[in-house]
Amino acid sequence: MTMDAYRYEDGSISYPGHPRGRDGSAPTETIDLSEYTGEVLTWTTSTATPPGVREPNTLAIVEFDVDGESVRALGQTTTDEIEIGTTVTPVYVEELREAGVGLKDADGPQEWDGYRFEPV
Amino acid sequence: MVLPTPVPYGGPMSETVAVIGGSMTKFGQRESWIRELLAEAGQACLADAGVPSDAVEHLYVSNMASGEFEGQTGVMNALAHDLGLIPAYSQRVDQTSASGGAGIYAAWQSIASGASEMTLLVGGEKMTHRSTAESTDIIASIAHPAEYKHGVTLPSFAGLTARMYLDRFDAPRESLARVAVKNHENGTRNEKAQFQKEITVEKALDSPIIADPLRLYDFCPVTDGSAALLFCPVEVAEEYADDYVVLSGVGGATDTHVVHEREDPTTMGGVVDSSDQAFEMADLDPDDIDVAELHDMFTILEFLQMEGIGFAEKGRAWEHAMDGRTKIDGDRPINPSGGLKSKGHPLGASGVAQAYEIYEQLMGEAGERQVSADTGLACNVGGFGNCVTTAIFEANQ
Repeated sequence: MTMDAYRYEDGSISYPGHPRGRDGSAPTETIDLSEYTGEVLTWTTSTATPPGVREPNTLAIVEFDVDGESVRALGQTTTDEIEIGTTVTPVYVEELREAGVGLKDADGPQEWDGYRFEPV
Repeated sequence: MVLPTPVPYGGPMSETVAVIGGSMTKFGQRESWIRELLAEAGQACLADAGVPSDAVEHLYVSNMASGEFEGQTGVMNALAHDLGLIPAYSQRVDQTSASGGAGIYAAWQSIASGASEMTLLVGGEKMTHRSTAESTDIIASIAHPAEYKHGVTLPSFAGLTARMYLDRFDAPRESLARVAVKNHENGTRNEKAQFQKEITVEKALDSPIIADPLRLYDFCPVTDGSAALLFCPVEVAEEYADDYVVLSGVGGATDTHVVHEREDPTTMGGVVDSSDQAFEMADLDPDDIDVAELHDMFTILEFLQMEGIGFAEKGRAWEHAMDGRTKIDGDRPINPSGGLKSKGHPLGASGVAQAYEIYEQLMGEAGERQVSADTGLACNVGGFGNCVTTAIFEANQ
């Protein structure tokens, strides 16, 4: 498992990746953000969560610096002991929410594993 | 029976689109299902305008998720049949929470292009038979799969953005509570609003946390309801009424699907772009707007829209709330209907209901919540600013 961001012809990076960048340019490479640390831009703890989602569910938007280019990711955190500016690193978990409990089928296109952010 | 006259491609353009009728059902927990809600608003709208069913040439039904909520799809066909509109062209319009605004855009296109001389728009949603968790999941399914797997909800986007806004602009938490207090107060003057009770700042600040730093009273409720508007060219409007409202500007724009990819998460690009389009079309500026209905699904959205539209400088909309300038007796009332916060938010109906409130205000028919207004604006937001429509209306006299 990797946490792949896409770099596009114009040099911009997005996570998740898209078939085309914001200016319509094609992707040129993937970058595994799990190898980087990032900084918490903002966070929330959600107490009204959908079926199959942990409660409470702390989420953060994290900004990574990849060779001077900024890219952000949103994800669960491993703890609610975070603040704006906390340095975090992605850690892999097999199931972010219980598969198939909500609207989406367990064996459909939705992935259920991924990365949580853990303070460094 | 008057059959619609087919208009060839490149047919006559109407310079001005009028609204000659409107209606709104009681919002809240209703026993009626989606077909019944839509028919209730649609019939009332035609009656309000005094227009017979067989005059309707186009029907647009704004609805986000009747299939997911109720297992009823094809609602435009159902409504056309139930209202006796056959063989009018019918189409369902889905733009998530902005479905109503997108319906206004579609109705404007249908009249302005010359394709229709009488277009009925009905928006509606039936939600309350589902649990809050189920409704939250249906709505959260609009998110990108990379967001969805983390259990992201629309309220959690609001919590993330509110924390960033309060921190960056040094805004007091109380300013968000004041939005809720204002809109609840306005709702007490609207008999069709879901909530008819005032709240205090202290009650809002002490309510349970939903998405930190936002609490229960920062969020709109789950709602059933429907609203409708009737559109036609000005020349046709004058056959039916002396007073009507003109849709003088309309715009629509899309922002990123993935919310965190926006350059500035406290700026809603769709609000900026759609309102710019609407102002340019109407040849008006933000200062020309007397009253506005904004999409306060969450209190923070009222600030983000005020700033995106140009009612307030970036990072300073909270000052308007603290100073009472957006109250019903302020210099520019925001959400005199009670907004989504108090009136309720039946997804597909909300954008239509916002415009209906502006229609009522400009016609001088808003009763206890009437403000002095010749121009009004409605901004309808889908997702967390993912798709946005803005419409500007003016009284014809």
